[in-house]
Amino acid sequence: MTERIAIVGGGTGGVVLANDLAERLAPEIDAGEVEVVLFNDDPDHVYKPVWLYVAFGKREPADGRRALADLVDDRVDLRVDYIADVDTEAQTLEPVDAPELVPYDRLVLATGAQLAPDAVPGLAEGAHQFYGEAGAERLRDELVEFTGGHLVLSVVGTPHMCPAAPLEFVLMADDWFRQRGLRDDVEITYTYPIMRVHGNEQIAEWARPILDSRDIRIETMFNAESVDPDEGTLTSMEGTTLDYDALVAIPPHTGSDLIADAGLGEGGWVDVDPHTLEATSHEGVYALGDAAAVGVPKAGSAAHYQANVVGQRIASEVRGRTPTATYDGKTLCFVETGMDAATFVEFDYDNPPEPVRPSQQLHWAKLAYNESYWLTARGLL
Amino acid sequence: MSADTPQPDETVDARGATCPGPLMDLVGALRSAETGTVVALLSDTEQSTSDVPEWADESGNEVLAVEDEGEYYRILVAKA
Repeated sequence: MTERIAIVGGGTGGVVLANDLAERLAPEIDAGEVEVVLFNDDPDHVYKPVWLYVAFGKREPADGRRALADLVDDRVDLRVDYIADVDTEAQTLEPVDAPELVPYDRLVLATGAQLAPDAVPGLAEGAHQFYGEAGAERLRDELVEFTGGHLVLSVVGTPHMCPAAPLEFVLMADDWFRQRGLRDDVEITYTYPIMRVHGNEQIAEWARPILDSRDIRIETMFNAESVDPDEGTLTSMEGTTLDYDALVAIPPHTGSDLIADAGLGEGGWVDVDPHTLEATSHEGVYALGDAAAVGVPKAGSAAHYQANVVGQRIASEVRGRTPTATYDGKTLCFVETGMDAATFVEFDYDNPPEPVRPSQQLHWAKLAYNESYWLTARGLL
Repeated sequence: MSADTPQPDETVDARGATCPGPLMDLVGALRSAETGTVVALLSDTEQSTSDVPEWADESGNEVLAVEDEGEYYRILVAKA
């Protein structure tokens, strides 16, 4: 009887895992003993880091899209469908376009994170964001027409994808307006919910003097509570109101309803063992990437490393061996500090990030990685 | 947890959290919570024992308890 491994979600974690399993379990798949099924509700795979560059006119949304069928190994059964329900007791999935439930033997949830701007009154109408294709394009159109005034970047939702991106945005905006000769006419403010400019102390200590040196105003302890698009104001729970001419927000995020409904974790994030990535509430279920509540950034590099761990563990289980691969929290991030400089951090559960001196070489390295990402998605890098 | 410590309505398990960190996880949970909700933050970072009270003081929320559980800290915060 064929053992079916179902992966829900075709983002970085899901795709890397599907290709990882296709390679590791090639003999079993070719023999008909194992089947790897990847579900995604979009025929395309999306590389989200491209959107930051779209906002500044440096890339197009199409640069971040490739057909899943072109990225996924032929040994993977790719199904473009939305999973409406998972029954972890019966071990079945309910794809909306399929005539019947799909049974599975092992399940991996890689359902990612979704934006929830409606959680803050006025935010959807009044704020731009670069955490989606359409939003990044609208922000690009706003920025290119923005020749003076107060630009506010507000980190509203936590946790959110790519914790470095808000810092990257204001540092890139500062440089971008300087290069266009407009910086003297543009005031930039960065708001953050706690008493530092970043949740991680090491990142915050590194970033604060850079923001100061670039004349970027800082509002810490600012938890946006409402936006008045007509008045152009953003008000915090702490009672501070900022006037803005252009507002860019990191919206609140939510996990998948599928996860919450299945009792796998609150808020749509799966409670997992941070080292094995197995769901704490159900056996035979793994989660990775943004969907997994493990305390590391919701970032592609974390999803990539987690996928390799889950791939090794599942392959061991399929072969009747004790899985030994574990995730150590490893995360890599290139962080842009302008339009032509970047830093780099690498950290894990035990070792905090130590940003290195920004350089043009690291900026090029980030751009080079963005190009070579498609090899990562294919499981080649 | 001592007998006098109030029971939390929610628990945020941020043990092992690296970036952006336990305090940000707590802020996210309190944002969507009702007034009076008690959230327990589990953190294995000692910095949380100063971060959370400082943040709570400035944001008007109330720290009900900071307890050393040996391997981690349990910090109870009531949303104002």
